[in-house]
Amino acid sequence: MSDLHEKTFYDETHTVFGHHKSKLFQWIFSIDHKRIAILYLIVMMSFFIVAILVALSMRIELFSVGKQIMEADTYNQAFTLHGTIMIFLFVVPGIPAVFGNFLLPLLIGARDVSFPRLNLLSWWLYMFGAILAITSLFIGQGFADTGWTFYAPYSVKTGTNVIFALSAAYILGLASILTGINFVVTIHRLRAPGMGFFKMPLFVWGLYSTAWIQILATPVIGITLILVIIERTLGIGIFDPSKGGDPLLYQHLFWIYSHPAVYLMILPAFGVVSEILPTFCRRTIFGYRSIAISSALIAIIGYLVWGHHLFTSGMSEWTKIIFAFLTFFVTIPTAIKFFDWIATMYGASIVFATPMLWVSGTIITFAIGGLTGITLVTLGVDIHLHGTYFVVAHFHYTIFGGVVFMLFAAMHYWFPKFTGKMYDERKAKRAFYGIFVGFNLLWFPMFLAGAFGMPRRYYDYLPEFEIYHRVAGIGAIITIVSIFYMLYVLYKGLKEGKSCGNNPWDSTTLEWQVSSPPPLENFKHIPYVDFNPYEYEKGKPKNDLTNYIKRGKYE
Amino acid sequence: MNDSQTPEFVYDKEGKKHEVVDFNNDNTGSKLGFWLFLFTELMLFGAMFLVFCFYFFRHGSDFVHASGSLNLILGGTNTLILLISTYFMGISLLHVKENKIEKAKKTIYITIFLSIVFLVIKYFEWMAEINHGIYPDSEVLNALSKGEILFFGLYFTMTGFHGLHIIVGIIVMIWVIKLLNQQKISSEKYVLVENLALYWDIVHLVWVFLFPLFYMISFGGVS
Repeated sequence: MSDLHEKTFYDETHTVFGHHKSKLFQWIFSIDHKRIAILYLIVMMSFFIVAILVALSMRIELFSVGKQIMEADTYNQAFTLHGTIMIFLFVVPGIPAVFGNFLLPLLIGARDVSFPRLNLLSWWLYMFGAILAITSLFIGQGFADTGWTFYAPYSVKTGTNVIFALSAAYILGLASILTGINFVVTIHRLRAPGMGFFKMPLFVWGLYSTAWIQILATPVIGITLILVIIERTLGIGIFDPSKGGDPLLYQHLFWIYSHPAVYLMILPAFGVVSEILPTFCRRTIFGYRSIAISSALIAIIGYLVWGHHLFTSGMSEWTKIIFAFLTFFVTIPTAIKFFDWIATMYGASIVFATPMLWVSGTIITFAIGGLTGITLVTLGVDIHLHGTYFVVAHFHYTIFGGVVFMLFAAMHYWFPKFTGKMYDERKAKRAFYGIFVGFNLLWFPMFLAGAFGMPRRYYDYLPEFEIYHRVAGIGAIITIVSIFYMLYVLYKGLKEGKSCGNNPWDSTTLEWQVSSPPPLENFKHIPYVDFNPYEYEKGKPKNDLTNYIKRGKYE
Repeated sequence: MNDSQTPEFVYDKEGKKHEVVDFNNDNTGSKLGFWLFLFTELMLFGAMFLVFCFYFFRHGSDFVHASGSLNLILGGTNTLILLISTYFMGISLLHVKENKIEKAKKTIYITIFLSIVFLVIKYFEWMAEINHGIYPDSEVLNALSKGEILFFGLYFTMTGFHGLHIIVGIIVMIWVIKLLNQQKISSEKYVLVENLALYWDIVHLVWVFLFPLFYMISFGGVS
């Protein structure tokens, strides 16, 4: 049982001004990585709810042929808003900002990240970007209608508030860069003594690769967005064909960041899988090193494949072949991870708790998402499928079925660590099944619709596609209701859940060896870590440092 | 725990001592973080250089022609000024390391002075173009060939960004002088000066590439 008298990070904190009386200020100016993580969680989930409701309104609009609830221009703004919020405000900060922030220091045996103040600044920049994006909804001609990709030359010409959206995206990118720098330095400098790189938990490996992508790829989109802003305000002509500029160059620059960015989204999610699997299989993970290195490999190869977004935009045949060829390589490290996971599960006596259910679900959905990616990058097929619902389905199967599913899994898995309480397992499983069924109903028909020629981002469609949109619409409603139900179950757990002790799942990693919720500065005594992260003996964690962390002595 | 200045140790099972890095006082970490920040700067300017290369490849002769109208002497002077200023920046770091605070301040003042001279020269160069009617989206410029429009678009954007970095550098230098006056920087604790010197080197390094690309591609050749 956790000690009730022990002070947690909810009871005391450091702010940038030292101590502050106001309870609110103790949160929004806290430099404690755990509080910042929770700030991110609250804001991100609010935006997530807004974005799924916008998506629902799009699905209602598309439920039948013809106009239902909105005009075509509103529809264009709706899908831009949905994409921009989901990508820049939810998925990109996503798992690293919430669970990375909360867990990274705990997982490596540190008291905080290397630059706690910078960490807080990142959150404030994130908030500033978010407010900027939302403001543009209500002034002038409303939110940008370009799609979240802001392709030139349309983004240079349209009358909507593109500059706001671009500035917001730029500021959010800056926040993301600062988080990345913070994480890389933390991982290099603050690992507990004895913990070599190959003794780190795999989630940390995921965060490490992600942070490098954040550092090296985000500046490229930063400058690209600024060039569009300068193009709109001063007319320098870089993306304007009438002055010799080449809009295709914009697409290249955009995807030089944005393709690595999808790996930036998925790598921490893979890390979550690698944390949850050994816990519920009660055995060490199969192929630790290959999983760790494949994260880094995915990050590196991810840089070299951006061209596959431009197969139909105008590239030489040779370039296309090279980009397609390179893209196939991404499947190798990804498949290594998948087979390692399956090998971990093979023959294990698996405990099917809710987080494990989510992982099993994602192994199915992400496999579909990943394999359709191979379909898409096959040159001849892509000419047919490019810009259709097939791409939309592929994207959502990877990002929703991979990243967001793993975010939900992490929300359940680390719920006891965040709160010290346990949610209702039976109800949480029900929520999973609801979302899983709804998810597949929502996006699987889009594969078919896309293959038969339904283009993405269209306001209206031919009657023959109605059936797919109807099924998808029903799936959307099931998904959203289940998501709300899941959040309700977690909220109930927070309010009425039973307190569950420090390590309810019998996990082996360090974060479970401090009390739940963790105290301010995590470790009273930093432990010496000279063992591998996932070692079990007869179904119980082999190394327990709880006492050492409390008293600074071995028993 | 962390507010104590004495280092904290942990003991492994054999009883060996290992030092714990104090996250509040980690100069190596600060320097590593700053290097990572410099990587982002390289990517930022790198992307712009990529755009430059792309259009230079496409409109080679237009670029060379447009480059001829820039003032090579002024650009060269600026290169030299920036080079000398990096020298003084480096010297001031050495002074701080040796705890010669007054000398360090003097060399930082010289660096600030040289950077302002750089900006003034840059201002006159820009004004020379603007007085000829050449600025983004001007009628004169839009009447020129596409390669020339792009050349000047890139010229104003890239030197503008570089100038912005100079201004940020000056602000940080003034801040460093303030901290030196308050004795918050000493020969024990000078990581900020070290990072500033690194930053100033990269600002100079970017200019070393900007100068030949914009000013020298017409050198000795096309009128």
